[in-house]
Amino acid sequence: MEIPENVKKRLSIPGEEHFYAGHTACQGCGASLGLRYVLKAYGRKTIFAIPACCSTIIAGPWPYSALDANLFHTAFETTGAVIGGIEAALKARGFKVKGEDGIMVVGWAGDGGTADIGLQALSGFLERGHDAVYIMYDNEAYMNTGIQRSGSTPYGAWTTNTPGGKRHFLEKRHKKKVIDIVIAHEVPYAATASIAYPEDFIRKLKKAQKIPGPSFIQLFAPCPTGWRSPTDKSIELARLAVQTAYFPLFEYENGKYKINMPSTKKEPKPIEEFLKYQGRFKYMTKEDIEVLQQWVLHEWEKLKKLAEVFG
Amino acid sequence: MAEYKPIRKVVSGNYAAAYAVKHARVEVVAAYPITPQTSIIEKIAEFIANGEVENLEYVPVESEHSAMAACIGASAAGARVFTATSAQGLALMHEMLHWASGARLPVVMVDVNRAMAPPWSVWDDQTDSLAQRDTGWMQFYAENNQEVYDGVLMAFKIAETVNLPAMVVESAFILSHTYDVVEMIPQELVDEFLPPRKPLYDLTNFEKPFSIGALGTPADYYEFRYKIQRAMEKAKEVIHEVGKEFGERFGRDYSQMIELYRTEDADFVFMGMGSLMGTVKQAVDVLRDEGYKVGAAKVRWFRPFPKEELYELAKNVEGIAVLDRNYSFGMEGILFTEAKGALYNTNAKPIMKNYIVGLGGRDFTVSDVRKIAENMRAIIEKGELDVEVDWYHLKR
Ligand SMILES: Cc1ncc(C[n+]2csc(CCOP(=O)(O)OP(=O)(O)O)c2C)c(N)n1
Ligand code: SF4
Repeated sequence: MEIPENVKKRLSIPGEEHFYAGHTACQGCGASLGLRYVLKAYGRKTIFAIPACCSTIIAGPWPYSALDANLFHTAFETTGAVIGGIEAALKARGFKVKGEDGIMVVGWAGDGGTADIGLQALSGFLERGHDAVYIMYDNEAYMNTGIQRSGSTPYGAWTTNTPGGKRHFLEKRHKKKVIDIVIAHEVPYAATASIAYPEDFIRKLKKAQKIPGPSFIQLFAPCPTGWRSPTDKSIELARLAVQTAYFPLFEYENGKYKINMPSTKKEPKPIEEFLKYQGRFKYMTKEDIEVLQQWVLHEWEKLKKLAEVFG
Repeated sequence: MAEYKPIRKVVSGNYAAAYAVKHARVEVVAAYPITPQTSIIEKIAEFIANGEVENLEYVPVESEHSAMAACIGASAAGARVFTATSAQGLALMHEMLHWASGARLPVVMVDVNRAMAPPWSVWDDQTDSLAQRDTGWMQFYAENNQEVYDGVLMAFKIAETVNLPAMVVESAFILSHTYDVVEMIPQELVDEFLPPRKPLYDLTNFEKPFSIGALGTPADYYEFRYKIQRAMEKAKEVIHEVGKEFGERFGRDYSQMIELYRTEDADFVFMGMGSLMGTVKQAVDVLRDEGYKVGAAKVRWFRPFPKEELYELAKNVEGIAVLDRNYSFGMEGILFTEAKGALYNTNAKPIMKNYIVGLGGRDFTVSDVRKIAENMRAIIEKGELDVEVDWYHLKR
């Protein structure tokens, strides 16, 4: 379908594609959509580092690549260190890094590779102040190895190593707040984003490009395979995660918090809205859901306070 | 070519390494401190702080694993890259050592041989580096501070020619913290010997995007491995050429992967690696005066393994005493296994005995070599081994 000129002008998402059709993601994969947006935002003059995760496979086996940009596949826990090394090399060799016309160095890692095994390298990367962008795509479990829990898996969620059985489920702790850990490093720019809000995501990517120093974006990216959800519901689920304040969208910039969504004026939607369509939560009782709901609201209040005081 | 007038400096083995890094015009150093490696990196940081080096990015990482990961990223982005470590640090790097060789990146590192814990020990032992035998890294064992300096410079040239990473190994304290005269090469002459790196691939090339390290299916993975082996074989030629060139330019010839010392007419030889062999050479002189016909064979390059040179040596001697400052539990000294294995399908069958010496920094002296010589002579006269592996220092 031809997009009318007046609409085209208003679109903030770049029309160009640097992610090839024929990649090997599952249907409805949120991560692959996220990767496509990153490539749209940064284009070809980008160096990606991707650790062991679904995206290793999505990018395709040798000698193929679904990315129209340079890509270095690396070990699971090394994203932060590898992009730090790439940036250092570019600087030593006299290249401009980051900024409008500089080379973009992008780490693209899953929640497991970020919240768990890669946390140390992420911390080192943030603290040393490299000019690169680290994007954690959060599908809330280790999907590549067949749906095992990560630190980012939410309370109550079934995974293959925290199953829900007849009597109880094993995932009894709440989602690790990786973004808070990142902010504790006092980085210049950190933000959450969602594949349901691509314009917001791309705006944040562009911002991360302009601001010197390390930037971090935690991208909410549903996984129908791991969430046991219909493949055509990924975007809706991502949107509901924001609207229920389960995964609020906000930015942290030079010490200031700014909430983008949901509206702070309205009550967030009940958490059940987000849980629906997802087989991974089907073991939860009413009480379990209430535990999750209370956690969500508590975290939401905390964020609102932060935005109020440090807005 | 400008005339070579060496600059003599009294430096520790670690400082010799740091000067070599400076003279090699390394572009990225990422490293994490561990005794007895630390002073290498401290010295390099000092060069940067004093403005003695240009275009060197120093990345003070949060672990050795990240040090190697950062080196790998930097090397893939086209830079000449260096790191250094020891023992536990090297073990922590292990996964990434495979990554460097698999991605064909000529990272160079110095490993200061230190014993693995527990029990904690900061002293010399080669098991840390030898345990990395199968990672696809070339390994050069330095006998003295001069060889640390020369080894680092040559390692860059060799690694960047064959696109494999290389490790220069020196021993804890015996070299790392012991001062000795090192003849350094004026910068212009190093530049002539070691021109800027020309990477095999370079992530800053945006003309035609590419990916490195993607999934290798059973249809292709095998060939990737074979190519590493081919590169190792080629490295033998390159080592020979670069070692010879080094000799022609700077007077110290490294064309042989096994340095032979007074072996021409030797009945038996002592074989080993690293600083140990300084003591052995000295002992050979003493023993020769005492009427022993002995020599020393110093294995400089453990990977690639100098099979052919070993065969040439083994043809002409009756016995080889392999001195291992390392151990592979459940088997024997690592160099011993390698040397025996290399000769199995040849018709050179000298008597070979393994002496485990100096583990964890235990002193190894000329008189120890004499005792080993006496034992070897008896074995050769009898024509049979007493024991195959001798824990030489064991308190009984
Ligand atoms: C050191 C190491 N341990 C374990 C693995 C196995 N592994 C590969 S991918 C993966 C999970 C990745 O999960 P995540 O980062 O959340 O990304 P996703 O697969 O969900 O996209 C694991 C455990 C590995 N590659 N390396
Ligand atoms: S398992 Fe999930 S994250 Fe992985 S490719 Fe499939 S949908 Fe995407």
